[in-house]
Amino acid sequence: MTEVIPPEFEYHAPGSVDEAIGLLQNSGEAKVLAGGQSLLPLMKLRLAAPKTLVDITRIPKLSYVNETTDCLCLGATTKINDLNDSALIRNRYPLLADAAQHIADPLVRNMGTVGGNVCHGDPGNDLPACMLAYGASYVVRGPKGNRTIPAQGFYQDTFVTSLDPSEILVEVQVPKAQPGDGGAYLKMERKVSDFAIAAVAVQLRTDSRGTVNQAGIALTNVGPTVLLASQAAGQLTTKKPTNADILAAGKLAAEAAQPNSDLRGPAEFKRGVVQTLTQRAVKLALWRAGGMS
Amino acid sequence: MASTAIPRLTSPLPIRGATHKIHVTINDVPFDFMVEDRTLLVHFLRDALGMTGTHIGCDTTHCGACTVLLDDVPVKSCTVLAVQADGRKVRTVEGLESGGKLHPVQEGFTTEHGLHCGYCTPGMMMTSVALLAKNPNPTEEEIRRAISGNLCRCTGYVNIVKAIQHAAKASGGGK
Ligand SMILES: Cc1cc2nc3c(=O)[nH]c(=O)nc-3n(C[C@H](O)[C@H](O)[C@H](O)COP(=O)(O)OP(=O)(O)OC[C@H]3O[C@@H](n4cnc5c(N)ncnc54)[C@H](O)[C@@H]3O)c2cc1C
Ligand code: FES
Ligand code: FES
Repeated sequence: MTEVIPPEFEYHAPGSVDEAIGLLQNSGEAKVLAGGQSLLPLMKLRLAAPKTLVDITRIPKLSYVNETTDCLCLGATTKINDLNDSALIRNRYPLLADAAQHIADPLVRNMGTVGGNVCHGDPGNDLPACMLAYGASYVVRGPKGNRTIPAQGFYQDTFVTSLDPSEILVEVQVPKAQPGDGGAYLKMERKVSDFAIAAVAVQLRTDSRGTVNQAGIALTNVGPTVLLASQAAGQLTTKKPTNADILAAGKLAAEAAQPNSDLRGPAEFKRGVVQTLTQRAVKLALWRAGGMS
Repeated sequence: MASTAIPRLTSPLPIRGATHKIHVTINDVPFDFMVEDRTLLVHFLRDALGMTGTHIGCDTTHCGACTVLLDDVPVKSCTVLAVQADGRKVRTVEGLESGGKLHPVQEGFTTEHGLHCGYCTPGMMMTSVALLAKNPNPTEEEIRRAISGNLCRCTGYVNIVKAIQHAAKASGGGK
């Protein structure tokens, strides 16, 4: 049997973020290694061949799920299954809870990290759409210190983000849940562990009368990057959305999608999936917004 | 197995790249080894230690045949570097039986015919062991979710679910 192994590289396991940044700066063709569940398969297939891997998972205090006065803070090396184990996320961040349950499979989720999922830049990754819909921010550290990048400006092209090669994402900041917030993530997949045919993230903020004041809608795996469906979201705000608004939002989301025909189905089918999932996710998010007091 | 193994290089290819000394505890036995940085945990187990109970199915992170417990958590050892296991505990299917007595999960798979060809079985059992440690009393739905990263091409899963339920009952849980 031939064995599939990665090309040669040098492995480093630094003890601090600054040490890791130094390694990224001073070694040629270096890459961050987190859970390795995207990077190692790519290296085994020789689609990636970094000369140096900087394992950030041994850096202390980089794995946590905390709610502060203004945000839900997720440490970069928090495992995806840590989100599933968190009562805080289950109870207060249903959009994230929906998505985390449907990323890959339980074994991959035991290694894969939040930071890796949002930094990889694959339009099929599920967490980026959640972060766009929430209006989350990424705290990254590089040789010149920290900067905060809104998730909405982060994804530039397939596998291309606004992260510099010597920068490390250290924390994801999701706006703190308030009474009247509701979200949902609906994903259609061919089987467990497959990337989405299409998936839709919806996050709404409503007032006590049910008026939607803020809406975020984002789409997974129907374009070169995760996509924000701003017009669809706009259809829902400053009012109590009617059924007609929800149907219109679904249509606008389908128009925002840029799917390709591939092994997961023809483009028109995927647009239809986006339309239906958007309508269902908006209804679920509204229902949850009413229930969260 | 000797508790002080002779360090041996483990890549199936000639060693070309950088190496690391790792300390891993495998089925309660500590080992110190030199490994090439790119060596995968599954190849370390099979080729360096001769522990071929852990299977390689797809080699592309899809099937779960290679599942082992890393610090008690089930992971796909074809997608973990041996150096990532440095300082940690690994449990493989060889570590389930003790003192000639099968583990309740092994008993379950035997009694309920939880395997046909057996290719998926080591991985399936390691996932089951981790599930029952975390949730001794799982529902059928919880069992099916837990094993959803382990593919079986023979059984249709029905007897695997029964095997895990059998093990849960034998260990005092079971719904
Ligand atoms: C069979 C299979 C199915 C999958 N299905 C899905 C799915 O349905 N949905 C989904 O979303 N994902 C899926 N994945 C991908 C998996 O969830 C990702 O591997 C994981 O989320 C990425 O995290 P990681 O920690 O493994 O990242 P790694 O593989 O370690 O890294 C991925 C990339 O991000 C970079 N990186 C990682 N962390 C940081 C950081 N803190 N700062 C800067 N750069 C960083 C790395 O350099 C690398 O380029 C699947 C993977 C497999 C193997
Ligand atoms: S051999 Fe590891 S997942 Fe198939
Ligand atoms: S018993 Fe043959 S693959 Fe599961």
